[in-house]
This record gives sequence, structure tokens and C-alpha cells, in this order.
Amino acid sequence: MKAIHYINQFFAGIGGEDKADQTPIFHDKLIGNSNLLNGMMPDIEVTNTIVCGDNYITNHTDEALKEIFAWLDTKEFDIFFAGPAFMAGRYGVGCGIMCKAVSERYHVPVITSMNEENPGVEEYKAVAYIFKGGRKATFMKADLTPMAAFAEKIAKGEELLPAAQEGYFPRGIRAEIPQPDGIIAADRVIDMLLKKLNGEPFQTELIIPKMEKIPPAAPVLDLSKATIALVSSSGVVPIDNPDRIQSASAQKWGKYDISKLDNLPPEQFKTIHAGFDPAAMCAVPDRGIPVDAMRYFEKQGKIGKLHDWFYTTVGTGTTQAFAAKFGKEIAQELHDAKVDAVVLTST
Amino acid sequence: MAREIERSGIPVTMMCNLIDVAKTVGANRMVQTVSVPYPLGDPELSKEAEWQLRTSRVGAALDALATKVEEPTVFPSKF
Repeated sequence: MKAIHYINQFFAGIGGEDKADQTPIFHDKLIGNSNLLNGMMPDIEVTNTIVCGDNYITNHTDEALKEIFAWLDTKEFDIFFAGPAFMAGRYGVGCGIMCKAVSERYHVPVITSMNEENPGVEEYKAVAYIFKGGRKATFMKADLTPMAAFAEKIAKGEELLPAAQEGYFPRGIRAEIPQPDGIIAADRVIDMLLKKLNGEPFQTELIIPKMEKIPPAAPVLDLSKATIALVSSSGVVPIDNPDRIQSASAQKWGKYDISKLDNLPPEQFKTIHAGFDPAAMCAVPDRGIPVDAMRYFEKQGKIGKLHDWFYTTVGTGTTQAFAAKFGKEIAQELHDAKVDAVVLTST
Repeated sequence: MAREIERSGIPVTMMCNLIDVAKTVGANRMVQTVSVPYPLGDPELSKEAEWQLRTSRVGAALDALATKVEEPTVFPSKF
């Protein structure tokens, strides 16, 4: 098998921070720590080293990738390496950018290494094998070793074990392993329960990734003076769905004017949500986005004002990445419109 | 979406059917809805009863917005 290795300006011996704007350099021999990596793998030949400055790859990503792709297109390789990046933040992000781009374009395994505190880990662990590395360059040999050993397993076609056993950051992939060690699930779960009862440590087989917690926002001090907006993932839109929001796996959201409406009439609104039977919500769209109840509370004086627009998308199949994007964009609109609080309806 | 809006400093009450899912994704103020196809209504009910149901739940969501919370909190509704 053949491999190509990406490193930054520092590990290529070009220079430090003052050389971080270095544009990509393509070597037909091995530079810097590529030699060490190559020597660790009897079944893989590292043929070339790519060098690029950390600022150039992170600030001029499109240009850098264009140049690198033009060169890589002429090469044959089966595996791609980057780093190790240790705790160097921009180098880690650079390695992540390269691994992601190479994986998407050439469909080869991409392997790198970073310290757990490197911001590249969180951003790219789902798209690359990022091995758990040391904090600084004194760990060079120690960090290259598991990268090389894992690549050798790929080259030999050996079975690849779960992230925790191989030593890379979990990619968020669940794999089915029938009867590990020949022990059926019923026995394993009872073993786990006994350990729990005895106060011994045990490891669940179904790890739920921890979500970052958002601290609760401060409450509205005086509802009767507050402007409240309606946001929804119920898929309620004007009846002709003017923005062509997708019925599933939405990639956009819309905002619609309700300043002159006391409710959402079924002749003017419907739900396009493909995740449930839409009959009840199409008959009475306020069952999805309660404009009527909000208008009632506005007239009662419980709230100061119902915001003139509602914001809507479809929640089914929509990725967390898109949902977060929608949330950020809608939040900006709400701040610009001086909205104080939000009622968000979901299905 | 609720997380990103809340992160920007605007309080959000999430009205949802699956409270456990809302808790998992990090909603801080929650009111349970009636069902997935009709979160804030019920075609089986009379118009009056449905209106009572909807205003009760939306009212609870508004009260939640004016309440200080330290952790994910579910606000009950009378109807």
C-alpha cells in the first residue's frame, strides 16, 4: 500500500509562526517526521510529504485545497496521514481539514493524532481516525506508533476494533458485535447489574454522547411588556409553501407575517411535515403553531406583544448541524427585532 | 434550534411531546404537548375543551418564560 503524509511548516523545518502563511509544497521525497512514520510500517510505503503553513490551510482553505487536490489527483495512494498535531490548535484544525477533504474526495482511510484538548478533535473526530496524542512534540514517536500500527492493520486487512480499543477518539458510530467473547446479551446485562449493585465500575454498551449544556437564559422580568415570538419545527407554512421547505430532512427555514392575523386559517396555512399524519394540523394549523392562543394572551395583557413573524421548519430527519444553523440564524433575527422570549413548538 | 436561541441569551420554552428527548438535547424550560400530530389541540374534543387545552398549555409556556430556572425544568399545565 502507498500513503501520503501531510505536515505543517514547523515540522517540515521551514520555520515557525513567521512561516505559517506558507503555501502548499509537494515533495517527491520524505520530509521531517514522514521518515519516522515510514520506518514504522513494513507493509506501507509513504511516498510523498505535503507541507502547508497552518495559517494558509486554515485561512485560505479553498485555495489550499484546490492546489493540493490538483497535485493529489496525479498521485496513487491508499491511506492518508496528517500530523501528529499534539496540542497545536491551528495545526490540529489543518490536519482535520485535510483529512476530511481527502476522505470525501478520494475515499481512503485518513489517520491523524491530536491531544484531547486540541480544538481539531471536537470538530473532526467524526470524519477521521484521530488518535489520542500527547501534548507536545516530545511525544512524536509515541503518537506516530499507534497511527502506524492501525494503518498496518488496514493494510493487512485485519479486523478493526472499537475506538476505545484502537486508541482513537470515538467517531459516533455504533457497530453491532454479535456475542463479544461468546457471552450473550442477557448474561452481560446481569453482569453489569451485579457490578452496579456491588458498587463496582461497569461500562455500558450503549453510550449516549453527552450534549453540551446550555445554561438557562435569564427569565423575562415582565411578561406584560415582553415581545414573544413563535418558532416551530411543526412544518406549518403558508399553503403554497413559498420557500419550498423540505417535508423531511429540512435544509432551510421560513418566516411568515402574522401581524394581521388572529389565528392561522386552514385556507392560508397547512403543515408540510412528513413525519406524522397531517390531517389534524392542516384542519387547524393553530394546533401546531398556536397563534390564536398567543393573540388571546396579548389581548388579555398577559404578554406585551406577539412578534409579527413566526419562524418555521420541519423537524423530521433534520440533522443536528442544520438545526443548529437554523437556530443561530433565527436567533440573530430575533435579536435584531428585539424579541424578548420564544415559545418553540415541536412535534 | 432551542439550544442556539437560548445560547444567544433569549429564553425559550420548548413545547414538545417527548420530554425526555427535549431534556437530552438540552432544553431548559419545557411544557408537554398533547401528541405529535396535534401538539396543541385534540380533534376528539369539543371546540371549547380544545381551546381550554391550548390556552392552558400555552399559558404554562409563557409563565415558564418568566420563571428563573437552574436546570432543565418541566412546567405542568392544568389541562
